[in-house]
Amino acid sequence: MKRRTLLASGAAAATMATLGMPARAQDKTKVGFVYVGPTGDGGWTYEHDQARQKMEAHFDGAVETVFVESVPEGPDAERVMTQMVLAGADLIFTTSFGYMDPTLNVAAKFPDVKFEHATGFKRADNVSTYSARFYEGRAVQGHIAGSMTKTNKIGYIGSVPIPEVIRGINSAYLHAKKVNPDVEFKVIWIFEWLNPAKEADAATTLIEQGCDVILQHTDSTAPQAAAQEAGNVITFGQASDMAEYAPSPRVSSIIDNWTPYYIARTQAVIDGTWTSVDTWDGISTGMVEIGEITETVPAEIKAQAEALRDSIADGSYEPFTGPINKQDGSAWLGDGETADDGTLAGMNFYVEGITGDIPQ
Amino acid sequence: MDLSSINPILLLASLMVAATPILLAAIGELVVERSGVLNLGVEGMMITGAVCGFAVAVTTNSPWLGFLGAAVGGAVLSLLFGFLTQYLLSNQVATGLSLTLFGLGLSALLGQGYIGIKAPAFPDWHIPLLGDIPVIGPIIFQHDPIVYLGLILVGAVWWFLNKSRGGLILRAVGENHDAAHALGYKVVRVRMMAIAFGGACAGLGGAYLSLVRVPQWTEGMTAGAGWIALAIVVFASWKPARLMLGAYLFGGVTVLQLNLQAAGLAIPVEYLSMSPYIATIVVLVIMSAGRAPGSLGRIFHASR
Repeated sequence: MKRRTLLASGAAAATMATLGMPARAQDKTKVGFVYVGPTGDGGWTYEHDQARQKMEAHFDGAVETVFVESVPEGPDAERVMTQMVLAGADLIFTTSFGYMDPTLNVAAKFPDVKFEHATGFKRADNVSTYSARFYEGRAVQGHIAGSMTKTNKIGYIGSVPIPEVIRGINSAYLHAKKVNPDVEFKVIWIFEWLNPAKEADAATTLIEQGCDVILQHTDSTAPQAAAQEAGNVITFGQASDMAEYAPSPRVSSIIDNWTPYYIARTQAVIDGTWTSVDTWDGISTGMVEIGEITETVPAEIKAQAEALRDSIADGSYEPFTGPINKQDGSAWLGDGETADDGTLAGMNFYVEGITGDIPQ
Repeated sequence: MDLSSINPILLLASLMVAATPILLAAIGELVVERSGVLNLGVEGMMITGAVCGFAVAVTTNSPWLGFLGAAVGGAVLSLLFGFLTQYLLSNQVATGLSLTLFGLGLSALLGQGYIGIKAPAFPDWHIPLLGDIPVIGPIIFQHDPIVYLGLILVGAVWWFLNKSRGGLILRAVGENHDAAHALGYKVVRVRMMAIAFGGACAGLGGAYLSLVRVPQWTEGMTAGAGWIALAIVVFASWKPARLMLGAYLFGGVTVLQLNLQAAGLAIPVEYLSMSPYIATIVVLVIMSAGRAPGSLGRIFHASR
């Protein structure tokens, strides 16, 4: 339905534009969303869409939203964004890393329209970037994973080898290692954000190779199902709570809560105060939430994990605090030194102790 | 690198599971192509089967009924293709491709209410005695029933095509539909039956993903398995026994690739990922003698 309205109004706007009439004369603020997966993936896109709905409800009729789901990362995304602009969108959220260059290209053509690109690092006068410090949540997961594993082997399903994912692996590893020096990470890259069959196979493979904790940076609940079938394996919800697999195998989760950000940015457009910013929030602002830690985790470990979460939230602890060496043994952070955002944003190396190479 | 962490028994066992959906879809497509019809809509039928099977299984709480529903769903969609190509004489390639696109959209629509739901459990069969044999037992005799159904289907199709009168007619229709027609065989009817069988098999393959291998419903979950099935049919040069080999090769590469990664082996995954397709192309070049059914993809009308 939404797509149809989008197409119809897109055509109308295009006609108006050719007639030389102002195409942007409208009362309601129109906000577009470009999704990389289906809204029902139960993970990443699901949470973006939940936030979209809550944002729309918050403005109670003053804001109209449109979305297009399962948009491939690449040139086709430009077409979708252009169509949204022609349909009168004032603000467009592009919610995947791979939309980075398409967003900038379209934004350059329409300087009056505001763009918000999730998880990217390139900005322009009308392009903001926003992301969440998922690695803060990964620290908590790593702590639980390291404490709970009996085989000392932790499996990690990586999606696409970009800094965001690598940061998560490093953060989880450092904190697992801290509580369990014998811990070993096995990483499988599937080169996709969402492919349930591959995710299930990857999880099964990791379990067969002796992992009893599975961390995932992919969007579906397939690894949870695989872990449940295997038994004695714990997992963590990714992007969304995935509470249907609680209390076991899912023992906790990282939840992305985009609602406050979407409300704030839309409000800024309505007020005319929107400027290009780089937002990178974590547990402290609630953009990253830690899902309930279930009773499968012993009370003592749960308390430690919650303390870790709280110390990250109040800023007294930073997940990347030295001494930390890079994988090749060279020094990265000195004792007590913390990582700067620039390095974190472009992180393309494993920390010392992780085996295997990052695919190029 | 730690190759010792790969357990060859578990590797081979999961290979059989990984190969099952493509094996099911491919054996159906093989019959369709042997009857002279090229249905490129395997992916669409698979995903429709996946959602139909999932919906039925969740509603009735019976995986078996789910698989039945998947076969029916896939067959119904394939009959749409059959109607368009056999009665309205539309182009098979274009119709098949649009069937894939249609199936992807239809399944997303049908699946709206089934997101985030868990499928009813479908336990493995531990075959008595045979399942206890060391090494071979865990590899071959401790799977879910659909794995065996796939193997039985391959055998049955082989027998049907090579040993039965019906199979002879089907092959005659596929090799030269004008001659078969002149002999009094109902070309369109034979092909419609083959198409429905192909659709049902593709549906089963899809349901295997949504009910056993993943098991949940997600849009677009077949993720190209239907295309792999099509490639396997060509790879097997339209012979059931080779088809099994092809399915295990393709499934094996998938599983091996993940295992090597987990073991920390630094070989570029891309090479392994493309190896089955390269194998298909090589086979196509070498086996140019083992040719496709003579009437494959050609439109039949009794008056021409």
